[in-house]
Amino acid sequence: MRYQILYKNCEKIWGPLLAVRGVSDIPFGVFVRITMPDGRKKQGKVLQLENDLALIQVFEGTKDLNAKDTRIRFDYEPFRIPVSAGMKGRIFDPYCRPRDGLGEIISDETRDINGVPINPVRRAYPRDYIETGISAVDSLITLIRGQKLPIFSGSGLPHNEIALEIAKNAKIKDSSGNFIVIFAAMGIKNDDAMKYYASFEKEGKLDNVVLFFNLADDPPMERLIIPRTALTVAEYFAFELGYEVLVILSDMTNYCEALREISSARSEVPSRKGYPGYLYSDLASIYERAGRIKGVKGSISQIPILTMPNDDITHPVPDMTGYITEGQIVLSRELNIAGVFPPIDILTSLSRLMKDGIGEKYTTPEHPHLAAQVYASYAHAKNIRMIANVIGEEELSETDRAYLRFAASLEKEFIHQGTEGRTIDVTLMKAWEMLRILPRKELNKFTDKELEENYGGSR
Amino acid sequence: MKIYKINGPILKCHDDGSVKVKEMVEAGPGKLIGEVIDVSRSSATVQIYDNTDGLKIGQDVYGKGRPLSIRLGPGLIGSILSGLGIPLSTGPSPAAAPAVFNFSPAVTPEEKVFPGTVLGSVPEYGIKHCIMVPPGITGDLVKIQGGPAAPGDTVAEIRTVSGAIEKIGLFHDWPVRERRPFKERLGIAEPFFSGQRVLDFIFPLGRGGCAAVPGGFGAGKTIIQHSIAKWGNADIVIYIGCGERGNEIAQILEEFPELNDPRTERPLMERTIIIANTSNMPVTARESSIYTGITIAEYYRDMGYDVVILADSTSRWAEALREISSRLEEIPAEEGYPAYLASRLAEYYERAGNYLCLSGRKGTITAIGAVSPQGGDFSEPVTQQTKRYIKSFWVLDKDLASERHFPAVSWNQSYSEYIPDLEGWWLDNSKTDWAFLRQKIKDILQEADHLENIVKIVGFESLPDKQKLSILAGDLVKKGFLQQNSYDENDAYCVIEKQIAIARAITDFYDTASDKLKKSVSYYKISGLPAIEKIVKLKFMKFPSDEIENALSSIRGELIELA
Repeated sequence: MRYQILYKNCEKIWGPLLAVRGVSDIPFGVFVRITMPDGRKKQGKVLQLENDLALIQVFEGTKDLNAKDTRIRFDYEPFRIPVSAGMKGRIFDPYCRPRDGLGEIISDETRDINGVPINPVRRAYPRDYIETGISAVDSLITLIRGQKLPIFSGSGLPHNEIALEIAKNAKIKDSSGNFIVIFAAMGIKNDDAMKYYASFEKEGKLDNVVLFFNLADDPPMERLIIPRTALTVAEYFAFELGYEVLVILSDMTNYCEALREISSARSEVPSRKGYPGYLYSDLASIYERAGRIKGVKGSISQIPILTMPNDDITHPVPDMTGYITEGQIVLSRELNIAGVFPPIDILTSLSRLMKDGIGEKYTTPEHPHLAAQVYASYAHAKNIRMIANVIGEEELSETDRAYLRFAASLEKEFIHQGTEGRTIDVTLMKAWEMLRILPRKELNKFTDKELEENYGGSR
Repeated sequence: MKIYKINGPILKCHDDGSVKVKEMVEAGPGKLIGEVIDVSRSSATVQIYDNTDGLKIGQDVYGKGRPLSIRLGPGLIGSILSGLGIPLSTGPSPAAAPAVFNFSPAVTPEEKVFPGTVLGSVPEYGIKHCIMVPPGITGDLVKIQGGPAAPGDTVAEIRTVSGAIEKIGLFHDWPVRERRPFKERLGIAEPFFSGQRVLDFIFPLGRGGCAAVPGGFGAGKTIIQHSIAKWGNADIVIYIGCGERGNEIAQILEEFPELNDPRTERPLMERTIIIANTSNMPVTARESSIYTGITIAEYYRDMGYDVVILADSTSRWAEALREISSRLEEIPAEEGYPAYLASRLAEYYERAGNYLCLSGRKGTITAIGAVSPQGGDFSEPVTQQTKRYIKSFWVLDKDLASERHFPAVSWNQSYSEYIPDLEGWWLDNSKTDWAFLRQKIKDILQEADHLENIVKIVGFESLPDKQKLSILAGDLVKKGFLQQNSYDENDAYCVIEKQIAIARAITDFYDTASDKLKKSVSYYKISGLPAIEKIVKLKFMKFPSDEIENALSSIRGELIELA
C-alpha cells in the first residue's frame, strides 16, 4: 500500500464536478475517494489535470459537499472491482458492493472496470445462436453468441418485461450449465427492480444470474460505471471461467443522459441534441466488449435496451447505437396497443450476424429461407393491408385475402406468445403453420424439396 | 518538454519553443506515441495516440525530430496494422511475413539513379515488390547486392552529388501526412470494376477516381465495401476499418484467406492490407488511420500497381476530428465539426488519382469512402463536404434495404461523373455502345418509378398495356440486373461480359415486346412468357457457360415466336 495524501484544498464544486488544488504526482484517470464533511464517503474519477489542479467527477453527486471540510484521497490506479464465481445469484451496486443484505463476496482477484479493448485480430467471428425463447427473435432476428443486439423501445412499451422473459428463458443448446445472464439496471424504477428479483427467485433461476442495480433514485453519475462493472464481471465469467454470458443493459438512454450531464457541466462543445462529440466512442467502449476470443471458451453477448425519446429512431442515442451494434430489435407501439406481447416490429428489426449462426449446422437447413419467406410475405401483406384500407377487403383477390389472414395470424399467434417460452423447434414449427395459410405458389424463397418436406399437400 | 495539463488524449507541455508543429513525440514512461498540434514560445499542445490513463503532471515528453511516419517495405501485404501502421499481429496464419527477403537487382553499379529508380525487387506473394530509390536521393550507384536480405541490411549504396554515400535497405520511413512525390497526374480513362452490376454498369468509377457510399445503418455499407474489397480489379486492396465493429474485421480475417481473387486465382489475403482502428480503439489513432492507409497506397502506386483504398467509415474519422477539435477548445463550424473538415477531406481524396510515377511506371489509387450520416440525413456536413471531392456517389437507400433489395444503391439519388471519361474504353474494349445501353436501362427505371406512383392511386389493372409492360420491364431491371446476391457463388461477382449480356437480354426483351404490343399481342401473353423467369435467373448462371448461352437463345426464341 502506498502512502496516500489527504487533500483538503477543495477549490470549487459544481454539478457533478469538484476541483481540488495543490495536488501532485497524480496519475490521470485514477479513482478518487472523497470524505464528506459529515464523515460519509463518496467516490470519483480524475477527469483532467492542470498543473496542481485536479478536476474530479463525483459519481454519487456533490450534494452535501462543501469546499472547506471535504477531504480527497487519490488511489494510484483506475477503479478495480473484485470478481468471483460466488457472485451468482447476488445483487450488487455499481461498485460491486452487495445490495441484497447478504455478506461481502470473497475474492482474491480484482479487475480494472475499463477492461482492455479486444485486439480485432484476436477476435473469433461469432457463430451459433442463443435461444431466447421468443419466436420472433429466434426465427427472424436470431441472437448469435458474441453478438450485440439492442432493443429499441419507447416509453410505455414493455421492454423490461421482454428483457425479463429473455433472461428467464434464454439458453444455449448442449451447454445449459455454463450459461449465465448478467443484468445491469441503469435508472430503472424500484418496483421494476423488485419484480425482476422476485421473478428470478420464483423461477429458481437465481443461480444463473448476477444483478447490478442503479435505481431511478440512485445518483445518476453511477450509471456511467455500472455497465463497465457488469461487463468486467462478464469478462471474468466468459473468458476466465468459460461461461456463455448474456449481458442485458437497461436503459442505455439513461446512461447517455448522465454522460451529457457531465459534458455540459464541463462546458464541452456539444454535437447533436447537446450530447458530447465522443458519444459514439464512449458507447463503443461498452458495446465492443461483446464478442468471442480465439482459443478461449466462452462468449459475451449483449442486449442493450434503450428507449427512443418520442419513438424517434434518428435520435442520437439509437442512431449511434445502431451504427455500433450488429442489428436491432425494434418494438412497435401499434402492436402493443393491439395487445401483442412481445410487440416486435419484425420489418424494421434486423440481426446482422444471423446468417452465420443458423441453418444446416445449427438450427434446421431451411431456416434461412424460412426467415426470408416470413419477412417477404409479411412485408407484402402489410402493403395489401394498406390497399385494403383504401379500396375495401371485398375488392381483393383470393390470394390477397390469404395474405391478410396470414398477417393477422402471424401477429396474433406467432409474434404474440405472452409469457410462454418457446423452444426453437416449436418456433420453427409454428412459422411453417403460418406459412401454410398462404397458397404454395406464393412461397418462392424455398427450394422445391424444402416445400415438399414441410408444406405438405400438393402443388 | 514537461506535461502541465492532461485532458483525455490532449496534453499541454512546457517547451522552449523548439518543438515543431506535426513533430512526432513520445510521452511518459510508457513512451506513448503522439503528435504536436500547436506550439508557442513557451508551450506545445500534443495529441496522444493511445489511452493516457496513468500519465502524470511533470512527466517528460520527447520530440522525435521527425513527423509521424510509418515504415514502408516488404511484408505489408496480408498484414493487419493499427492506425499508426504498427502490426496488430505478427502475421495471422495466412500471411506471416518472412523475416528474410530474396532481393534480385534490376540495375548494375555505375548507373545513375534518381528518386523512384527501381533498384530491384523482392517477391511478396504474387506480386513483385520493387525496392526503389527513396524520394530525395540522386547519385551514382556504387554497390548493389543481390540475395537474401533481412530488415536492416543494406542492399545498395549510392554516391550522391555531394559525395556522401547513402545506404539503401529494404525499408524506409515516410511521413503519413505528406503525399509521396510523382512525375505527373494523368487523366482518368479506364474503369474500375467491382463486379457489382449497379456500380460498374450504371454508376461507374474510373481507376484513379473517388467514390463515396453514404447510407444509414442497416443499408448495407459494409457488405458493399467488402464486396468491392473482394472482387475489385485492383492489384492491391487497402481496407481501413475506421471506427467500425471488431467483428467485421474478424469476418474479413476469416473470409479473405478462404476466397480467391477471380483474376489471379490467389487467396484474397495475398493482395490485401488491413488497417484496423475499431470503435473501441483510441480515437486519435482513428484520425491518423486514413493517412496511414493512403501513404501505403502511394507506396505501391509508385511500383506501378493499381491500388484501391476503402475507408469504412469516413464519418467516424470526421467524428474523431470533431472530438479532438472539441478538446482543443476550437470554435466549431457546422454541427460541432471543425471548420477545416472540408480541407482535410480534400487532402485525403486528392491523393487518389492516375499517376505517372517517379519510376516512369503508371499507377493508380482509387479511393472509396463509406459515409455514415447521422440519422440517415444526407444534408449533414460530412456527406455534403465529401460530395465536393468525389465524382461517383453511391447512395444506399434505407427503403430499398428494407425491401431486401441489395445492393441497396438508389438509382434516383446516385450519380457518376465519370461516364464521359469511360465511354472510349468501352467502345475499344468491349465493342459495346455502353453509354447508350446504360441510358436505356435508366430510362426504363425512371418510367417504371413514375408509373408505380400512379398504380398506387388507380391500381395496376387500370393501366394501358404499354404502361403495364414498362412496369414489368422495370421489375426485370431491378430483380434481374440491379439486385445482386453477395452470398451466391455465381452472382457475388459479375464479369463485364455477363453484365452486358444481361442488360442486352432485358432491353431486347423490352424493345421486342413493345413492338409486339403495337402489333396487338396482348400484355398478358407477354407477361406469361417463361422467358421472364429465365431473364431473372440469368445472374445465377456461371459465365461463360453453355447454360447461360442456352438460356439466352431460348429467351430470344420465345420472343421471336410471340405472335
